[in-house]
Amino acid sequence: MEPTRAKKKMSTFDIVTYIILGFLALITFYPFYNVIIISFAKFDVISKSDLYWLPQSFDFSAYKVVLSDTKFWSSFLVTILVTIGGVIFSMVISVAGAYALSKKGMPGRNAVLTLILFTMFFNGGLIPFYLVVKEVGLINNILVMIIPAGINTMYLIIMKNYFSTIPDGLEESAKLDGANDMYILLKIIIPISMPFMATFGLFYAVERWNEWWHALIFISDADKAPLQIYLRNILITASSSLNSIAMTMAEQKNLTKVYTPSLQMASIVISCLPIMLVYPFLQKHFAKGVLVGSMKE
Amino acid sequence: MKSEKRLEAHPSKNALWSTIRQYKYHYLMLLPVVIWYLVFSYLPMYGVTLALKTFDFSKGILGSPWIGLDHFKTLLQDQEFWNAFENTVIISLAKLVIHFPLPIILAIVMNEFSRNRARKFFQTLFTFPHFISWVVLAGILTNILSNDGVYTQFLSLLGIEASSPLVNENEFRPMLYITHVWKEIGWDSIIYMAALAGINPDLYEAAEIDGASRFQRLRYIAWPGIKSTVAILFVLTIGGLMSLGGSFDQIFNLYSSPVYSVADTIDTYIYRTTFTVGADFGYMTAVGLLKSVINLVLLVLANMAVKRMGEQGLY
Repeated sequence: MEPTRAKKKMSTFDIVTYIILGFLALITFYPFYNVIIISFAKFDVISKSDLYWLPQSFDFSAYKVVLSDTKFWSSFLVTILVTIGGVIFSMVISVAGAYALSKKGMPGRNAVLTLILFTMFFNGGLIPFYLVVKEVGLINNILVMIIPAGINTMYLIIMKNYFSTIPDGLEESAKLDGANDMYILLKIIIPISMPFMATFGLFYAVERWNEWWHALIFISDADKAPLQIYLRNILITASSSLNSIAMTMAEQKNLTKVYTPSLQMASIVISCLPIMLVYPFLQKHFAKGVLVGSMKE
Repeated sequence: MKSEKRLEAHPSKNALWSTIRQYKYHYLMLLPVVIWYLVFSYLPMYGVTLALKTFDFSKGILGSPWIGLDHFKTLLQDQEFWNAFENTVIISLAKLVIHFPLPIILAIVMNEFSRNRARKFFQTLFTFPHFISWVVLAGILTNILSNDGVYTQFLSLLGIEASSPLVNENEFRPMLYITHVWKEIGWDSIIYMAALAGINPDLYEAAEIDGASRFQRLRYIAWPGIKSTVAILFVLTIGGLMSLGGSFDQIFNLYSSPVYSVADTIDTYIYRTTFTVGADFGYMTAVGLLKSVINLVLLVLANMAVKRMGEQGLY
């Protein structure tokens, strides 16, 4: 960006910051590294202290056990459905709403904006929310992870700010050609803001992928539990079902025993994989998205 | 074309009507959002009237009988609530003091970086934990911080006897602060990085030619450039204090009965007593309402303070 600065020699300040940032980077990275090596650990080579620093083995039995758990697959399916359905629902209504709210001349716009902003600072609390969701009939329905969880007010405001930066002239000329507002949004605005749309689509996707709170409160049927709840059960309330699968697999297929933490860490790796895959793409765009959103009208 | 119509808008009712008609598709687009907010935000707000009622499942929110301020009287005597209240205040204030300045410092330090590629590498790495849920992170942390985990092993290498901070009343809260910083510092610094990137590089160059020191550039260029962002985020953070800016996820996934006394917050208390103990819905609504009101008051105060300091504030 600033070639004059880049050409200079490393100063003491640079060296010190590199060391500090490097140390921070290590701390950030280490827990994930630890997860990966434990997930590949072999039961009989475990000497715990070794396990924490260097990988001792590459044993896939923990992964085999997790992947052969039917509960894993049913929760995986629920999460896929919630993520796809959730992104579609959230994007459609937030984009349409944010676009409408970016129209300064629209009567009533400020009132609606104020009502929306107010919800960021005041809410009815858990119990009234629970009762409303119950009234709407969403208890034990996977839509509860898609609809009530659907709008992130912060994203909506950022989108609105973004749309208001698009020059009016673009729309006016389309209007002269006889296009209506729906057509303008779908055929002009959305196509020119694809990278921005992708960023927020991915934000919503990550949110839905990580969804557990609505499930915790509203879903009691085990077969409708999402991946995060499955993980919670394995990680927090001991992995009894996985352990028994591991035992039977060990007996039937003459496999070695599986180390319980390996099972837990393997399930973490599998469930984080999709985020790790989209992350580089996400990372490229989000700083821009946030920048646009931080600008005031 | 549009602006002409807007000029005509206020004299007669007819003109307003025609403006509204002009925006008919926009209203249609806005409709789902409005319905969503009415149902999932404003109906529950109406539902807070339950705080003044005894909830009767068969009669619903509307039909349940009014009991006046009884729930609030009970609240004053509820030891568990006051414990949760105290924890909420302590944890959120500590998080504010410890966490809030760190992303600003990180952003400034990273911005001073001459090498763009290194900056990108660190930014990518530091923001990663933000995208992982607290459910998963709690699993990872439980593994690392358990009695025979890497944390205690590392300390014993240094000759320090340690036990798991997850079940230790003295160490649980510091552990919350540290892991919160660990998860969010990178993400939170992005907005400041963005603000810093918006500063005209000519300013830096001019300052350098004039012989400004690194500290002077920070003081007179970088800081004024991000001051208003800092102010707005400060107000937002204060507005979320009582709900701990989403710390429910963190605490709920990490705590257990040995540390309830230091870790139970208003949110976890409401969840625990409603869904596991089966407390009265009206009473728990009153608890939630109190929390929301405190939040709102704090937000208004913070906004006033920021405005008095000459910043724009949130509204």
